Amino acid sequence: MIDYNFDWTVITRNANKFLEALALGLGLAVVSLLIGCVIGLAAAYARVSGRRWLSTPIWAYVELIRCTPLLLLVFFVYFGLPEFGIYFLDKTESFILTLSLYAGAYMSEVFRAGLSSIPKQYVEAAKAIGMRPWQRQRWVVLPVMFRITLPSVGNNLISLFKDTSLAAAIAIPELTFTARQINANTFRVMEVWLAASAMYLATAYLLALGLRLLERRYATIR
Amino acid sequence: MDFAPGTFAFEAWQARYSLLRGIWATLSSSGLTIIAATVAGVLIGTILAYGWRPLRWLARLYVDVLRGIPVLVLILFTYYGLSLFGINVPAYWAGVIALSAFATAHIAENLRGAVQSVPAGQMEAAKAIGLRFDQRLRYVILPQAIRRMLPPWVNTGLEVVKGTTLLSVIGVVELLLSTQQIVARNYMIIDFYLFAGLLYLIINFAIAQLGAALERRFSYLRY
Repeated sequence: MIDYNFDWTVITRNANKFLEALALGLGLAVVSLLIGCVIGLAAAYARVSGRRWLSTPIWAYVELIRCTPLLLLVFFVYFGLPEFGIYFLDKTESFILTLSLYAGAYMSEVFRAGLSSIPKQYVEAAKAIGMRPWQRQRWVVLPVMFRITLPSVGNNLISLFKDTSLAAAIAIPELTFTARQINANTFRVMEVWLAASAMYLATAYLLALGLRLLERRYATIR
Repeated sequence: MDFAPGTFAFEAWQARYSLLRGIWATLSSSGLTIIAATVAGVLIGTILAYGWRPLRWLARLYVDVLRGIPVLVLILFTYYGLSLFGINVPAYWAGVIALSAFATAHIAENLRGAVQSVPAGQMEAAKAIGLRFDQRLRYVILPQAIRRMLPPWVNTGLEVVKGTTLLSVIGVVELLLSTQQIVARNYMIIDFYLFAGLLYLIINFAIAQLGAALERRFSYLRY
């Protein structure tokens, strides 16, 4: 039988480190989601614009990102951009850039589905009462699309939060990196990884719960 | 094409064995993971849909926990944790076990969704003509569920191939780590990362095509 004595003081001693790391991961996910939403929205409009020269490159971008492992993208941006003479990104910024591009590809599919699921009559009605094109987007299309896509955006936030664990590969001190470091220092394998797993799990569940509340508040079409 | 030291063609040819070994590690670990996860996922998914209640709760707990933890944490936990139980496996197998556990949860959840989307009348009709439970699954429910099951199954396969890159973190020399090793030698960062990306693209594209072919194969099922 295994002979393992749990010593949870290693967690309580490093509680601050763990919590800071968790907050960093959450921050990375939220910032990337926000930038990704902007990219995704622009890409989605480009995709549905019907102009071949706009939609083909965007299609290539989305497929390229979705078929390439995130870790490869992280390394490519982190090690590869300096080759192009782009030196001013530190590792956190480089990771945010990668995760934003990654999120943008996924969000563009979400928003494209959202845009194409808006009933035509809404836009026609908006035209009929004399709204300008940008007014139609601002007051009719976007609010409805926001409600339709909110659940998918929420799921993306949770999976982005889990993807921030890859930041450990380029030594960003988020939860996985911190857990790995403490594991290496103390070799309290079980405590460290159980604590890290529980923190990821709890955060993901709290996010899901919060998003469900948000959906109940906004995602119902009245 | 110029074939002198320092050109991409030359360096790639020099590195051909480590690249091939990397591709093989990626393909074999994904293949093993997909096979193991499909078998285990169908089992756990069936429990999720029809299991005895305490068993179903256990399966639900497993699926929800594994879907809430990042794969990287799972891989590191398995790698460092297995040895505590006296199981000393190489990094490769620790990675395959972790990836399988992760993919099992996804496949189980997909199977549950697919099975429960089959109209309840089908199950009742199969009961009415006196089929045993395994026969009802084998002849009535699963053939109909498989169509709903296929697209997410192919997606899980793509996720697994992409997930094998995480094995590089625990030192498995799969395609990404072998690329990094090559880059560390010749500093042709852009060329070799792009090349690795292209290889992943080809692998994933092939899987996606296979999935599309399978979907056509099972498209006779309509309900």
